[in-house]
Amino acid sequence: MSKLKNQSTLSRRAFLIGSAGTAIAFGFAQTGAIADETSPFEPTIWYSIDRSGIVTVNITRAEMGQHIGTALARILADELEVNWRNIRLSAVDTDPKWGIMVTGGSRSVSDDFPVYSRAGAAGRIALIEAGAKLLGSSPSRCFARHGAVFAANRSISYGEIVRRGGPARKFMPNELAELPIKLASERRLIGQKADALDIPAKINGTARYGIDASVSGMVYARPKIPPTRNDSVVRSVDDSAARQVKGYLTSLVLEDPSNTVPGWVVVCATSYPAAIRAADLVKVDWTSGSATEVSEQNILDHGATQIASSSGGALVVDDPGVDTAFEAAGSVLERTYTTGSVLHAQLEPVNALALEKDGRFEIHTGSQWQSLVLPVLADALRLPQERIVMRTYPMGGGFGRRLNGDYAVPAALASKALGRPVKLVLTRPDDMRFDSFRSPSIQTLRLAFDAQGKVTAMEHHASAGWPSAIVAPAIMRKTRDGTPYDQDAIDGADHWYNVGAQRVRALSNTLANSAFRPGYLRSVGPGWTNWAVETFMDEAARMAQVDPVTFRVELLDGAGRNAGTAPNAIGGAKRQAAVLKRAAEKAGWGTVMPKDTGLGVATTFGQEREMPTWGACVARVHVDRSSGAIAVEKLTIVVDAGTIVHPDGALAQVEGGALWGLSMALHEGTEFVKGQVKDTNFDSYTPLRIGDVPDLDIEFINSIEAPVGLGEPATTVVAPAIGNAIFAATGIRLRHLPIRPAAVLAALASQR
Amino acid sequence: MTSFHINGRLVMVDAEDDMPLLWAIRDAIGLTGTKFGCGIGMCGACTVHVGGRPTRSCVTPLASVAGAEVTTIEGLEGKHPLQTAWADHQVPQCGYCQSGQIMQAASLIKDFPAPTDEDIDAVMAGNLCRCMAYVRIRNAIKQAATQARKVAADE
Repeated sequence: MSKLKNQSTLSRRAFLIGSAGTAIAFGFAQTGAIADETSPFEPTIWYSIDRSGIVTVNITRAEMGQHIGTALARILADELEVNWRNIRLSAVDTDPKWGIMVTGGSRSVSDDFPVYSRAGAAGRIALIEAGAKLLGSSPSRCFARHGAVFAANRSISYGEIVRRGGPARKFMPNELAELPIKLASERRLIGQKADALDIPAKINGTARYGIDASVSGMVYARPKIPPTRNDSVVRSVDDSAARQVKGYLTSLVLEDPSNTVPGWVVVCATSYPAAIRAADLVKVDWTSGSATEVSEQNILDHGATQIASSSGGALVVDDPGVDTAFEAAGSVLERTYTTGSVLHAQLEPVNALALEKDGRFEIHTGSQWQSLVLPVLADALRLPQERIVMRTYPMGGGFGRRLNGDYAVPAALASKALGRPVKLVLTRPDDMRFDSFRSPSIQTLRLAFDAQGKVTAMEHHASAGWPSAIVAPAIMRKTRDGTPYDQDAIDGADHWYNVGAQRVRALSNTLANSAFRPGYLRSVGPGWTNWAVETFMDEAARMAQVDPVTFRVELLDGAGRNAGTAPNAIGGAKRQAAVLKRAAEKAGWGTVMPKDTGLGVATTFGQEREMPTWGACVARVHVDRSSGAIAVEKLTIVVDAGTIVHPDGALAQVEGGALWGLSMALHEGTEFVKGQVKDTNFDSYTPLRIGDVPDLDIEFINSIEAPVGLGEPATTVVAPAIGNAIFAATGIRLRHLPIRPAAVLAALASQR
Repeated sequence: MTSFHINGRLVMVDAEDDMPLLWAIRDAIGLTGTKFGCGIGMCGACTVHVGGRPTRSCVTPLASVAGAEVTTIEGLEGKHPLQTAWADHQVPQCGYCQSGQIMQAASLIKDFPAPTDEDIDAVMAGNLCRCMAYVRIRNAIKQAATQARKVAADE
């Protein structure tokens, strides 16, 4: 998701203000005095250096598998000139001083690179000044390396400088903001191999996730998930059968002033298995609204109606001359694409432990967006936010599910009602039924060619549930005419192809928004917009009788608004063309394939125009004409993400992201049926397993441009590459995700 | 009351006979390295060894392990060749499934000292990795098997 543009600015400002008002005070101002043994040197809020030179880095981004602490700490350590072995990570709890706490949109490294590098530079400069003084030298004759300040043939360690009172230098905010950071050629840690610091605990069983949190005297709880997400009301509860369960305590009908979990009943017991069993036996009678009448096809039909109407929606891109170009067109291509509901199915079911202590509420849970849920918790508990703290845990999978912290609310309400600590854990079926899943989408794209076959105009109309419209309307952007829209649900449609006059219209699927809670799911909108754009580009290339790679490269000319701008998009469409050409070259584009085997290509810019991650994928696919089964044999992927901070972590994200793309294309997908998702466990919801993994050939472009996101982008290129490869192999064109064998067989049959 | 050995230690758990072993391990004994993923034996996150065999503890009744030897991820003490290989290959992303993956793989390399890709596909099929770190899981298993064979040959 892309929300965080404004917020990252806020968070950077918080870095300055939160550090010390108008100036950053560099600890221990009394040079020469013996420092308190308990006080480390804290150049900024982002880290401290203790008397033995150990650097503890404060990480506000949530760990969910991306090894974010390692990446951010390496940015800092590089500028600070300390040895990596002296780095420790601290995953901080919520505190206003951190500014906005959110982990999403693949933005962490991109947003935090300036923050941590300048914080490191500030500390280095201050330590050099203090060290020079202690060495009887001048700062200009000194340099820092390996956690020490050197002057000629003498040196003093950072730890020793701290022991002797530490630096006294102060930086004004404007000085800090303008601190120069090291040239790429002087980097010692960024771009080098490093083991991720969170990994050892994930191998020996000691990593403690939210589900592992415990306090003495806590009660275990499991919810009864109501028949609809938004409009169920409890009429009555019958727990007579549950009372036979040893350990059963009570069933709470939650009163939720925040209206986050309408219709929830929470079943409490002295153990979790007792809570599971009791909840199975508690009978709840609900009244529900119209969502029980809504199914997947209704949502798609509603979207089709929205698209068919020329009014409504937000014109995200609105060039003059679109209609004229279509009227004058020599030929027009129009296609409609759809995608089905997709579950997060993060392996750790959502959970939270809530307790009240000394007039404050503590919420122990994994969260990707603490700053979003804190005010909701405050509403629910009728407490000021200052009296709620969220304790931080690594997550057993985020993928956007935990951007929406709704699961923390019922734990807090139950704890408040019982006056005891409550640990709420959802079972797998509870978790899937309560998921903020990826909305179904429907999109219609039109392309105008002039009489000479040149592309002159393009329209893209997209309807889907809008996650931000429900949980975070404040972050929604506005069109020039002031119409708000969820950028997370349309990013990707505003692509970097030069198509002449362009129109992109984002439509909020109001039926989806009311029937369930649309979620941010790994890559969000670009997961469906690129399915449409990149399948459409393939169809357009075929129509124009031009090779699909050549067709795209010619449109990625970098002209006009596609030239790219600083800081993140320097080079623009030309960089996208470069990854596309490189992927084609690596994959042997153009070579003759065996029967029923084909290569398909797709290219995207990841999450958003302001922070493009240039990617291209060539999929090699074999189609079994008798069963309709698709075997993906190989994915060749080339990524240009600018500077790569933690190369092995970057590779892991692209591996996982690409396989997510494959999984969503062929293996996953559920269906919304009468107010509920159809699949509620891994017996019928079937993400990719180890035996389905194709060969992966992944390459990063060597670059010193600004680092951009890596968590999501690879998910966006794979599905269209597969669909295009199926066309290359068989001549059938599939326009719905996920691709099922039945659809392949039907298309093959209609081809004959 | 059910008594059994866990990681070499005798424990007695006072709970219903049909309570899943998973909750005895996590909540009664306090070894939280074993994870809850699906409750129906379909994801493998809860995999432990019972009598040396990989077992889905979320569908194993407590009473059925009476007198048995149970080993969890904590019982490998971080020293198993698989754990070394897991670190070398930087396998985990979120890490939530990895205890189960490692316990399953430990049986795999015992049963198939030189596992083929097909062996790995077959034996590891029941362990879902939602982060999809599968490429690294496969490579780490192969490294650990090689290492284990080397150790066996040296002995």
